[in-house]
Amino acid sequence: MNRLEIENLSFRYGREGFENQVLKNINFSMGDESVGLIGANGVGKSTLLKLLTGLLDIQEGIVRIAGLEMKKENLKKIRAEIGYVFQDSDSQLFMSTVYEDVAFAPRNYGKSEEETERLVLKALEQVHMEGRRERQIYRLSGGEKKLASIATVLAMEAGLMLLDEPSVALDPRNRRNLIQVLNELPKAKLIASHDLDFVYDTCQRVVLLSDGGIAADGETEAVLTNQELLEAHGLELPLSFSRRNSIMGQ
Amino acid sequence: MNRISEAISDLHKMDMEAGKNGWLQGIHPLPKLFITILFILLTVSFGKYELSGLLKMGVYLIVAFVFGDISIKQLLKRMKLILGLVCLVGIWNPFFDREIVFILGKLTVTGGMISMVTLMVKGVYAVSASYLLMVTTPMEDLCYSLRRIGVPKTFVTILMLVYRYIIVLLKETERMTDAYMLRAPKQKGLHYKVWGTMIGQLLLRSMDRAQTVYDSMTLRGYNGEFHLRCKKAAGHGDYLYVVGWSAALLIVRIW
Repeated sequence: MNRLEIENLSFRYGREGFENQVLKNINFSMGDESVGLIGANGVGKSTLLKLLTGLLDIQEGIVRIAGLEMKKENLKKIRAEIGYVFQDSDSQLFMSTVYEDVAFAPRNYGKSEEETERLVLKALEQVHMEGRRERQIYRLSGGEKKLASIATVLAMEAGLMLLDEPSVALDPRNRRNLIQVLNELPKAKLIASHDLDFVYDTCQRVVLLSDGGIAADGETEAVLTNQELLEAHGLELPLSFSRRNSIMGQ
Repeated sequence: MNRISEAISDLHKMDMEAGKNGWLQGIHPLPKLFITILFILLTVSFGKYELSGLLKMGVYLIVAFVFGDISIKQLLKRMKLILGLVCLVGIWNPFFDREIVFILGKLTVTGGMISMVTLMVKGVYAVSASYLLMVTTPMEDLCYSLRRIGVPKTFVTILMLVYRYIIVLLKETERMTDAYMLRAPKQKGLHYKVWGTMIGQLLLRSMDRAQTVYDSMTLRGYNGEFHLRCKKAAGHGDYLYVVGWSAALLIVRIW
């Protein structure tokens, strides 16, 4: 089953005459897999994610999530199907404790308190944060905040997770921990990032955005080892590859 | 630590106090809210010369602060501003009401003096009781209790959002002032020439942040109402707390 289908999606910012075309005729679909959305800064990765969540209105093209077309009347159902993890965890977490924040979505979707508690505990277990349930948000470290943010969307039991630059501002240990957590989650994930090593470790497939369109779509290994392709679109080989190449060159 | 960081830290400290595993924190929020409202109403009901009766009401605060292990130093620190306001309200009474009530040695005590002190004590009691409620009850539980006693959902939602957005606003202000001060180390504060730019930037940035927080809420099913629930179930201790304090406060009021 296709979790996400995008047909001829185009998007521009600004008024007529002062337009900035960000996306042009994007076509792509994904099932229960982990897909990395890569591209240089300002290429439209975050814009695409916002279009998929309905935070931005679709101007041209069609987006279907879990078979539902992105329209105002379907928005509520669609949003229950997607879990969006913001780049900045401080924007995602707004309640006082981890428990309250993770319980926010199940309560909004009308779950009973018992069911909410079950979902919260399960989500916290999935990100290995069971011991932090009553902790105040501001007392969490950056890595814990990111995991708590992921738990907030896991508690929704959404079919598709969208993650915007999840590895930003994480130290190596927290980054490694996040990779492990994401790899353990049996969910469809679309991860927008320019941390190519992170994408390499978490995704089976990569979509490369450039000049508003899709420049490449293929297996992670094939795309991320293609130095020529990456450099042509403002990116570089993942650090681990370039280091390996330089060692082998020596 | 600058004043903004201090304000953020104070808010966090209050959240932390409210989340502690203390005796008062363990009581269901509804009884605590009820007793606070009752205490304030009874305090306000004292006449302007009933100072002795009013002072007896302080028993509630003393017991709660001592047994609840709440820092009185913190209370006084936070009351500084309000205390000034409370004093300002009653300061004119001695000038208008000069009727002599009693003479204490060389000091002539007038009705205006007593009514001024009464007013100040009422203010201090009301603020202390509200503070006590806030440092022993998380905001979500407090809002839950307000909804339970019939406060309109719009009011409760605004309260929740204001509480959250205040932190957003303070953090943005902190970032901007830190960035400014690091590049203007010889200045004591923000130069008046940049006030306009700073306020404008602050408004834009906080709107942006607030929008992101709101997006995060709507993406998790928020539709204009916080579905607040209290994890604690009311037990015998909570009923005892309500009955005990209601009786004690009423006795003090009537006696």
